[in-house]
Amino acid sequence: MLYREAGDFKTSYAEDSQTFPIKFDRWRYYAVLAVAFGVIPFFINDYWVSAIFLPFLIYSIAAIGLNILTGYCGQVSLGTGGFMAVGAYACYKLMTAFPDISIFFHVILAGGITAGVGILFGLPSLRIKGFYLAVATLAAQFFLVWIFNRVPWFYNYSATGQISAPERTVFGVKVTGPETDAWATYLFCLVFVVLVAWLARNLTRGTVGRKWMAIRDMDIAAEIIGVNPLTAKLSAFAVSSFFIGIAGALFFAVYLGAVEVGEVFGINKSFLVLFMVIIGGLGSIFGSFAGAAFLVLLPVILKNLLVGTLGWPTDLAAHLEFMIVGALIIVFLVAEPHGLAQLWRVAKDKLRLWPFPH
Amino acid sequence: MRLKLATLALGAVMAAAPAMAEITMSALSYRTGPYAANGIPFADGYQDYFTLLNERDGGIGGEMINLVECETGYNTEKGVECYEATKGEGVLVYQPLSTGITYQLIPKATADGIPMHTMGYGRTSAKNGAVFPYIFNYPANYWDGASIAITHIANEEGGDLTGKKIALVYHNSAYGKEPIRTLESLAEKHGYELSLLPVDHPGQEQKSQWLQIRREKPDYVIMWGWGVMNQVAVQEAVNIRYPMDHFIGIWWSGSENDVLPAGDGANGYKALTFHNLGDDYPIYADLKTHVVDTGKAAGAGDQLGTALYNRGMYAAMLAAEAIKTAQEMSGESAITPAQMRDGMENLEITEAKMAALGLPGFGPEFKVSCENHGGDGYGAVAQWDAAAGEWSLITDYYQSDQEILAPLIEEDSAAYAAEAGVEPACN
Repeated sequence: MLYREAGDFKTSYAEDSQTFPIKFDRWRYYAVLAVAFGVIPFFINDYWVSAIFLPFLIYSIAAIGLNILTGYCGQVSLGTGGFMAVGAYACYKLMTAFPDISIFFHVILAGGITAGVGILFGLPSLRIKGFYLAVATLAAQFFLVWIFNRVPWFYNYSATGQISAPERTVFGVKVTGPETDAWATYLFCLVFVVLVAWLARNLTRGTVGRKWMAIRDMDIAAEIIGVNPLTAKLSAFAVSSFFIGIAGALFFAVYLGAVEVGEVFGINKSFLVLFMVIIGGLGSIFGSFAGAAFLVLLPVILKNLLVGTLGWPTDLAAHLEFMIVGALIIVFLVAEPHGLAQLWRVAKDKLRLWPFPH
Repeated sequence: MRLKLATLALGAVMAAAPAMAEITMSALSYRTGPYAANGIPFADGYQDYFTLLNERDGGIGGEMINLVECETGYNTEKGVECYEATKGEGVLVYQPLSTGITYQLIPKATADGIPMHTMGYGRTSAKNGAVFPYIFNYPANYWDGASIAITHIANEEGGDLTGKKIALVYHNSAYGKEPIRTLESLAEKHGYELSLLPVDHPGQEQKSQWLQIRREKPDYVIMWGWGVMNQVAVQEAVNIRYPMDHFIGIWWSGSENDVLPAGDGANGYKALTFHNLGDDYPIYADLKTHVVDTGKAAGAGDQLGTALYNRGMYAAMLAAEAIKTAQEMSGESAITPAQMRDGMENLEITEAKMAALGLPGFGPEFKVSCENHGGDGYGAVAQWDAAAGEWSLITDYYQSDQEILAPLIEEDSAAYAAEAGVEPACN
């Protein structure tokens, strides 16, 4: 009923291939954007921004990045944490070396540097596939964390090896450092999320994305029909690392403010983002958001429910949290191996016919 | 509107806060994760002391204490979430119990005007209250620990360390790296040779480090470990037959959990401490009557008297004394975080006070001031007796080498002030 196509006429190819072909979806998309930009900033506080919105937005960017590599191009990667660390440390070095340049450009440049590193570690993908590639990217994860812990130049020779974000502004509004307002950090990250999602969506439905998907579906067939595996795979690594680098830079500079590489960008982070992609749905931009929301929000909701409302001991709640999140992941993947995005797609198809199914 | 939005989005997150008491304290504890074995006794001691005050005295100055516990799992992100989730409830002081979380929260807590007490951990140069007005790390800090360990070794060696080899086995994080600068400065002064052996989080893999120790045969090994890393290190030291009385841990590497798994082999292992050990204190009788026997003990109630339980209790005691000081200063019983800060800055711990609390001789005497947020740096050395199954102090409390430490603290806090744009001031 909501999803009716009757009366929604398309008279050109451009209209026919738009991202949201159904009118209701289109309006919903604009409504979400309007609420995100026009309503939430006025009502957000420190708790909401640091416990829910910033992690959700930043992990969404990381998940989109990994989804491009793993979901669209079929190259399994366990190096996400390491690439996020590259983004964070690049951003830190840029912030301290060029304090007068806007942090906005530093974040983008940090993404660019990560793209370079990503290409470097993507080179083995030309020879190896699947599990073997996963192990190669795992090596990237450990190597990158090790080098950021080992070489003092990366953390400006600070005594503890921690990096902390100095205060930086955008149009005179503080977005990093301790004195930031909740709405400013939120909007700053939101702008990046919208840009990244828009870019990713348009890349994946154009020539580049088709090449990636051809490689994913069958690389030999793709090569025969004229897709160059070298450029396709390396461009996927570059674009994916670019987004992950942006996520890492925001994670460090805007969200946490101080970072210790071994803990924050360890192997757990790689797994977390990979789970987001798998649960959300491989090869779907919406799935990246859904997966990030699922894994960021669920623990917070469970904690508030078990400890805040029911008053259970914190350790019992923490253990139960693991069990419930783990069980839900299994249930979701058994019920729908293609993730939340596929569930959503199925629901949408049903709604389009409702209440008169065939 | 916000409420509507919130309920629409995720109603469950807007969970009701616990009933508001007049004095709210927080415990950012970790009873789960790789550091849980050491996190649990501390959290129990901290909680039990406040339970005792509530049950026996009806709180502090007539105000009941509401302790809000939040599980961090020693994870920085969760720690930040805990901080943001609880700060709205008027928490008087934060004790993050993790150097990583401390570094994260120093700027935030300062901006929010909420004091933070990082007892024996955190950022050492926070001792300079002119630069860190809201951060306190009395009664001792890591650099004191490093200096006390070296002084102890020097005493053992008859005062001369020239040409000796000392190895530092440390957790490869901000926490473990903290003493390096001090140990290097002390090496220049005393002429020993320092070798650094980092161990990565969480610390189960230390084979190569201990192989290196077996090869290099350092005269002493100092350890900055926490959680599972300690147990593994002690076991590895036993395996290579390293003389245990030449192996000295910082105070976070000196609990029963760390030495018991190695059995008799751990006999003679030493660890620093800035408070006394064991349960031979009058307060334990009160704890038994009012907390344990009434079934209000935290956790499983089986940690009483352990080293880390005592430390948690000590932290709670220092916080409670600061609340009392703040109440006296302001004349109000329901104090604010700002008044709490003043109370902490004017805290004075004397032998008479500790004795009155049922903890005679439990820790060193010290007095906090704006210039000195870190106490006087007194510590002692404890040794593990495997047969008796207990730690005992083998030295008196003695002071760290202030001559070396004062300029280091000055330098590091000045660097922070320049970096963060803080104008140092004591008024």
